[in-house]
Amino acid sequence: MAAAFMEVLPILKALRRNKVGAMLIGLQIALTLAIVCNCLSIIQQYRDQMGSPSGLDEANIFTVSNTWVGHADDPKVRIAADLAALRSMPGVADAEESNGLPLGGSGWGTGINLKPDQQHPSASTTEYFVDEHALAVYGIKLTAGRWFSADEIRDFHLGEDLSATSIVMTRRLARALFPSGDALGQVIYLSAPTPLRVVGIVERAQSPWAGISHDASAVENSVFLPERYLNNYVTYVVRAHPGALATAMGAVRDRLYAVTRQRIILSVSPFREMRQRTYQTEQSLSVLLGVLCALLLIVTACGIVGLVLYWVSQRRRQIGMRRALGARRMDILRYFQLENLLIAGTGAVLGIAVGLAGNTWLAATLVLTRMSAGYICVGALIVLALSQAAVLWPALRAAAIPPAAAIRDL
Amino acid sequence: MFAYYLELAVRSLRRNIVLTALMIAAVGVGIGASMTMLTTLVALSTNPIPDKSSQLFVPQIDGSGYATLHHDLRSLPRTLAYRDAMAFVKVHPGTRQAAMYRLALNVKPPEGDRFPAGGRATDSDFFAMFEVPFHAGAPWGHNEDVHRDNVVVLSDRLSGRLFPGADAVGKTINLGKRDYRIIGVLHPWIPTPRFYDANAGAYSQDEDFFVPFSTAIERQIESNDYECNETERPGDWAGILSSECPWVQFWAELPEAGQVRGFRSFMQNYAAEQQRQGRFRWLPMVALRDVSEWLANLRVVPNDVRVNSMIAIGFLIVCLINAVGLMLAKFTSRAVELSVRRALGASRANLFLQCVTEALLVGLLGGVLGLGLTTAGLFALRGLQGVTSQDSVAGKLVSLNGEMVLITLAVAIVATICSGLYPAWRASRVQPGWQLKAQ
Repeated sequence: MAAAFMEVLPILKALRRNKVGAMLIGLQIALTLAIVCNCLSIIQQYRDQMGSPSGLDEANIFTVSNTWVGHADDPKVRIAADLAALRSMPGVADAEESNGLPLGGSGWGTGINLKPDQQHPSASTTEYFVDEHALAVYGIKLTAGRWFSADEIRDFHLGEDLSATSIVMTRRLARALFPSGDALGQVIYLSAPTPLRVVGIVERAQSPWAGISHDASAVENSVFLPERYLNNYVTYVVRAHPGALATAMGAVRDRLYAVTRQRIILSVSPFREMRQRTYQTEQSLSVLLGVLCALLLIVTACGIVGLVLYWVSQRRRQIGMRRALGARRMDILRYFQLENLLIAGTGAVLGIAVGLAGNTWLAATLVLTRMSAGYICVGALIVLALSQAAVLWPALRAAAIPPAAAIRDL
Repeated sequence: MFAYYLELAVRSLRRNIVLTALMIAAVGVGIGASMTMLTTLVALSTNPIPDKSSQLFVPQIDGSGYATLHHDLRSLPRTLAYRDAMAFVKVHPGTRQAAMYRLALNVKPPEGDRFPAGGRATDSDFFAMFEVPFHAGAPWGHNEDVHRDNVVVLSDRLSGRLFPGADAVGKTINLGKRDYRIIGVLHPWIPTPRFYDANAGAYSQDEDFFVPFSTAIERQIESNDYECNETERPGDWAGILSSECPWVQFWAELPEAGQVRGFRSFMQNYAAEQQRQGRFRWLPMVALRDVSEWLANLRVVPNDVRVNSMIAIGFLIVCLINAVGLMLAKFTSRAVELSVRRALGASRANLFLQCVTEALLVGLLGGVLGLGLTTAGLFALRGLQGVTSQDSVAGKLVSLNGEMVLITLAVAIVATICSGLYPAWRASRVQPGWQLKAQ
């Protein structure tokens, strides 16, 4: 212990004569640590969001958007004909028509009231209009109660009031509204004052919008209403048998055109495209921040290398003197490593403080969770290890200085 | 004298290539990374119409009661109900005005299948108010507004798709099963951000055609963007015109302060009058916002861009600290050479200037490297966001223009000189006697 202290003292004395350079390295390390820790925290947050499941059988689902041309009548018959055609396709397990899809990017949101004339809604949620096939199409798990039966499904046109009387909701929403766990059978209200009875609870279904620009608290809140959304522009959700996705997607256009040609099929897209589009920003930002962190570490390392090389060249005579007086190569090496450890250690402590402050600001701005202590420690260790590795080469150069340098001119 | 310093600087940089390369790389990488991020931020925050942004106003009125209940000016509806918009049109508060809404119609091209296209129904003043650039033809006038003519102005993209290479003016196109006469074609026009739209997000799609507002109303073409719950959305046309569901936008050009005050007081009286007549149970909040306030209200600059810019600036600072250290090393290692100059009669100021010139040179070279890295970074950013066409809004956002190039170089030079000030000062304080004796 005393020996270690004896080693440190001369280093500190030497550093006092070289304050500015040491401060520069320390400052660089502090800022690098603060930035890298926060970037890693953000990236981890994004990855967590991107990995959260939507609740659907994503590998086998695709959507078809379609609008009819030149039909003036009620779309109900046309939609029923299309769905019959889709369901009879080989390779297709089931199909339904929807007003929105988890991670689909568009849909309808509303507030839920526990009493008919509440001022503020108890929760916000997405409302999905579904028929009796939807459970099979989405592949969601029913955890309590039942799904809708065919005779419960009502017709809905834009501007009408909801006429459904039953509702199915996600488990998260049920627990938020009824913390004691007795959601089944309870009555809730959406925008209209008609009561809706909770007949079933499903495992999970996310909202159509997810990602950093959207309200994270409501992403797991979804309700399903037994309403047939009748509109001229429709989106069909089709679930194929495992392995049959590609063939089903290839055949769907012809199948629908065989029903009637007076339509425009706007798109046929697999679910993974929707997931990609939803999280496009998070994905690109993760890569961007990752590259930035890597660059920052490289720049700091190079800076340390450059500065310490310079110090070594300045102290050539002193190093030679120490070697002449009996110091081994190992001692010189350890001297420089220890010096770097002191500077980088101080910088790391400063960096932890700055990093925590920055993280508090980030948490407020980006609505992120706070960085855990683990991240900071890991970050500090990475940066310390990096600076030690960076100083290795100049230190080896220093150790290679011959004792004769003490008396010989450069 | 400057030329001499420049020569000295070049020689000195060449002498220690490794150190020089590290310095230029530090500056270049720092500039490259930070300018990549800042270009995006600047693109989203610049005033899209600087000469007129304080003269264009959008009125808002709280038709649903939510904002008034919560005393929250931020959550006022972005559009107006049809009757409110028409009331404001009748008042004609300023020199120009335009009521408008977004719609989508199917285009039947000369050959091929129909395809859907997004467009805008607006008044004739729109083009003058927002300084929309025309490639051919001209916008319609008040006469066409009044007579509800079937005229249309096409975007550059739609005109190129329907009539490639030919002049579209004078031709007819079939929109939504009606024929419209093409009277104008726009230049590629991408105001960043698309501030006049109610959903002025940075990546909103632009319009492909413009038709007169009165024509669209008479043909009963519905908007494809309503700002109310789907159960409140009216099902028939008469309902759409009379309901409280907002879907019409209204912009007025009010160049004089008196007009702004007059319109504001009119809106307050109008709101009170509507409450008196029993239309609202509350006194609706009203707001009259100019372009900057409107964009701030819409929060056009997303938070993540702000955070990225902070991180980028932090990166630049680290790189500059790096440069300070390296320059310190470089300058003080030439203590002997500088002492010789001192001994020969150079003043401290001369030495200082010599070192600063060297910093300037490093800054210039670092800036050039930074420009190259910024271009590569923007390219990568575009690829990451899946944007392919240069024309789309997002593509334009992340491209470098002449102004940004100059700014990048200026920032690089100024930043490097600033970081070189302390090392230059240290180097100029060299003691000639010490250095020369030690030889």
